[in-house]
Formats: sequence, structure tokens, C-alpha cells
Amino acid sequence: MNELMIDILISLAKTLFFFGIVLSGAAYSTLAERRFASFFQNRIGPNRAGPLGLFQPVADGIKFIMKEEVIPGHVNKFFFVLAPSLFLMISLLPWSAIPFGDKLVIAGKTIPLQIADLNAGVLYMLAISSLGVYGILIGGWASNNKFSLLGGVRATAQMISYEITLGISIAAVFLLSESLSTREIVIKQMQSPWQWNIFVQPVGFIIFFVSMLAETNRNPFDLAEAESELVVGYHTEYGAFKYAQFMLGEYINLITASGFITLLYFGGWSIPFVDLYKTGLPVNIIGIISISVFLTKTAFFVFVFMWIRWTLPRFRYDQLMHLGWNILLPLSLVNLIVTAFVAVIL
Amino acid sequence: MAINVREKYLKRTEGMSFSDSLYLPAVFKGMMITLKHFLFTKSWTLKYPEEKRQDVPRFRGRHVMKRDELNRERCTACYCCQYSCPADCIDIKAAEVTPDIQHNHGEDKYAKSFEIDLLRCIFCGFCQDACPKAAIFLEEEYDLAGFSDRDSYILTKEQMMEKTGGREKVRI
Repeated sequence: MNELMIDILISLAKTLFFFGIVLSGAAYSTLAERRFASFFQNRIGPNRAGPLGLFQPVADGIKFIMKEEVIPGHVNKFFFVLAPSLFLMISLLPWSAIPFGDKLVIAGKTIPLQIADLNAGVLYMLAISSLGVYGILIGGWASNNKFSLLGGVRATAQMISYEITLGISIAAVFLLSESLSTREIVIKQMQSPWQWNIFVQPVGFIIFFVSMLAETNRNPFDLAEAESELVVGYHTEYGAFKYAQFMLGEYINLITASGFITLLYFGGWSIPFVDLYKTGLPVNIIGIISISVFLTKTAFFVFVFMWIRWTLPRFRYDQLMHLGWNILLPLSLVNLIVTAFVAVIL
Repeated sequence: MAINVREKYLKRTEGMSFSDSLYLPAVFKGMMITLKHFLFTKSWTLKYPEEKRQDVPRFRGRHVMKRDELNRERCTACYCCQYSCPADCIDIKAAEVTPDIQHNHGEDKYAKSFEIDLLRCIFCGFCQDACPKAAIFLEEEYDLAGFSDRDSYILTKEQMMEKTGGREKVRI
């Protein structure tokens, strides 16, 4: 086998591995959401399928596959079928730029634990995650239904508004880490936990976090779904596996957001006050530890997202727009300018 | 009517301190409250088929027919319950007590068959109130669901009758 073949095989293996982790993570975060919701509300939650209810996602998956694929008569068939797969596919794409961990060395070959180390990785992730709104909008439009359309339009307006603050708050991080590559940003934060961007950029972090909540359409900004007003918004007309695709996409977006927060603000796979390279452990062990550290941090932020969801009530739409345009946008601009001055002076 | 948004906003934020207007301290306070529930409060859910609900003394569940302290059937087929039943679900066939079953009955008339159609019964407890012999009671059994064949919903005397008697077992 020549070099190219080996590289392709390694990329394929990594892709399959990440695909499996992200998809099963999304499936299990549906269970986690239900269990955590019930713990927050002093209930028990689904605990019947298998020990602790751990087979619940499998049961749900089988249910979704076995259900009849209903396509209502009044919809635009092509776009109706396209929307959920588009949404799911786009939600998976940012993971090609997220570094899970440091690296593995197998048979003298260094394998970075990242599908593609793009030198503009963060920009790529931002660009891809804003494409996600197409799935929602097409789904809402093709459903030919007032509630769905309203949900789709709301999601679009919300995402476009918060994309700006999101971008500006990340720009402040770029200024400090002097790189757009996700791996470089993590390595920049690795020296000590005080180098983590959460401590360097606290205001930027709050802006970023709020915008991320809005981007993923989670509470308190789940205006696109808004059960009390719009049934479930853009996926009202969907059932069976198409609905499951939307749900999976949403939870993958949630995990992506958590991974994004981890690598931009919480030092990626670094452990506070422990320099793994000075412990003298083999490289592969360090690689595996770094994966588990990254996944633990990500899981924690998934938990925080759920925690917020079951704490805060939903915003009204004008409040959402007010917060986005009148408060977060000026604040993020001020944050960017101050950061720029400080970065130049230091 | 035009609404002055700025005026409305200023009115809403009137009297709020700086930390109030940031909203974040209040958000953290709320999150700590939910975290307290998440970590420390025990679930109030009853794990139903494994744990059953505590019996409420006046609960009216499935009918039970009683025996007296000498282990004799209390029911004498007086038809009081059948007359008082608003749902017309009780069907009694009376018979005379013959010497060979005398040990089982206090009087000289007894219910040869005593059937209750559970699909008609509304669990009102009028039969229990009407019974002069304290022979029928609605007790705690409530999981009466079954399959779709309707005959299985007709309670017979054998199903309702207590196995052993005793005055102390009568619950009023």
C-alpha cells in the first residue's frame, strides 16, 4: 500500500469513529435530556428500557424506523424530504474541524485526532453552522403550514441576528490566539488554566454562550419550536424517521456547541495544572486521555445547556431581538475593541 | 397606535439596580435552585407496578364478600344491594339452605350465585351502605384491567368471597 492509500484509510477510520461518537452522543443526549429534566423536576424519567433506561435511545430509534413515513398531501414533496437530511448532514459537518484530542502514534505514523486541521477551522465551523438554518427554513416552507413557516422564519431571523455577535465575540479570541486553526487555539491555551480564554475573555464568553444558546435554538431562545405558540414549529408536519433526523440534528448541534465552547474558551483537551507531556506517559496514552478530557468537558457543557433549558422560561420574540441587537451587539463590539487595544499594548 | 419602544423599555426597567438590569445574577440564582433539585431532592414518583400506593381507608375498589366469626357466609340474599344498585350490576340468585350446607350459613336463605358485572359497576358503594349484614365491602384492590373478553369482567361469588372469616376483618 502506498502512502496515499494509508492516509485515505486513516481519514476514513477517523471519520467513522467521530461519526459513531457524535451520533451515539446525540442519541444518548436525548435520553440525558429526559432523565435530567425529570431530576430537575423531582421525577424519575424513562428508566424501564434496560438498566437505568440506557436502551431507551435504541427503542426510540427502532420506533422511528418502524413508523409509517407520512408525507402530507399539501406539502412540497421534494423539499419536504430534503429538509431533514440537509439539516442532519449540515449539523454533522463542523465535526471535521473539531480536535477531539492530541495525537496518536501508530507504527511510526502520527495521527492527529482531528479529521482535518484546517488553518481557518473556526471560520469553517461558523460558516457551516450558519448553513444549518437552511434545513429549518426549507422544512418550514415546504410543510405549507402556518405554524411551520412561522417557526422557520423565526429560526432564520434569530440565527442571522445572533450570528453577528457570535462572530464578533470569536474575533476577540482570534486576536489573542493569533490563529484561526482550532488546534492552534487549543495549544495557545495549554500552558496554564489562567490562559484559558474564559479567564482572558469573560465578557466575550458570556456573549458567545448566549449567542450559542440562540444558535442552537435551545431554551430560553427556542422560539422556533415554541410549543405553546407554534406546536413544535418547523417540524410540526414531520413524523417517523424524518422527525428523528431533525431531533438528531438538533442534539448534534447541541454537542457541537458544547465542543466549540470547550475548545475556544476552556482549553480543549488540556487538564488544569497537569502537563501531560511532562508526566512521561506514552504518547498514545496521552492521546486517549486527551480524548476523554475533551469529551468530559463537552458533556459538562451539554449538561449546562440542559440545566439552562430546565431553569429559564422562553423569551418573547421582541425581547430576543432587543437582547441580540441592542445589548449583545454593542457589548461584543466594545469587547472586541478593548481586546484589540489591550492586545496591541501588551 | 404607535408604541414608543424606548419609553416602554425605560418604564420596564424603572427602579432596577444595576445588577438587576444585568439579569445574570438572577439567572444564576435560578440555576442554583434547579441544581439543588437536581442533586438533593428525592424523586416523588411512585414506581408503580413495583411499589403500590398506600391504602386510603375509605377507598372503594373491588368488592369483597365477608364471612363472620364462625366462618359462615354473611350474605343472606336479601336483595338490598341489588335494589340499591344504581348501575344495576348485581345479579343474585337465592336458594334455601339445606342441612348439608347448614354449617356454612347463619340463616336459612343464601345466595346460590352472586355476580357483579364490573363493566357496569360504578364503585359508588351503595351496596355496602345498603347491606344489613355487613356482607359486602368495596376494598383496596384497584388494578382490575383485563383482556377484551367481557365474561371475565363478571365477578362471581367465589372470586369475591373471603377465605376465612372473623369479625375483626370487617372494615366499616
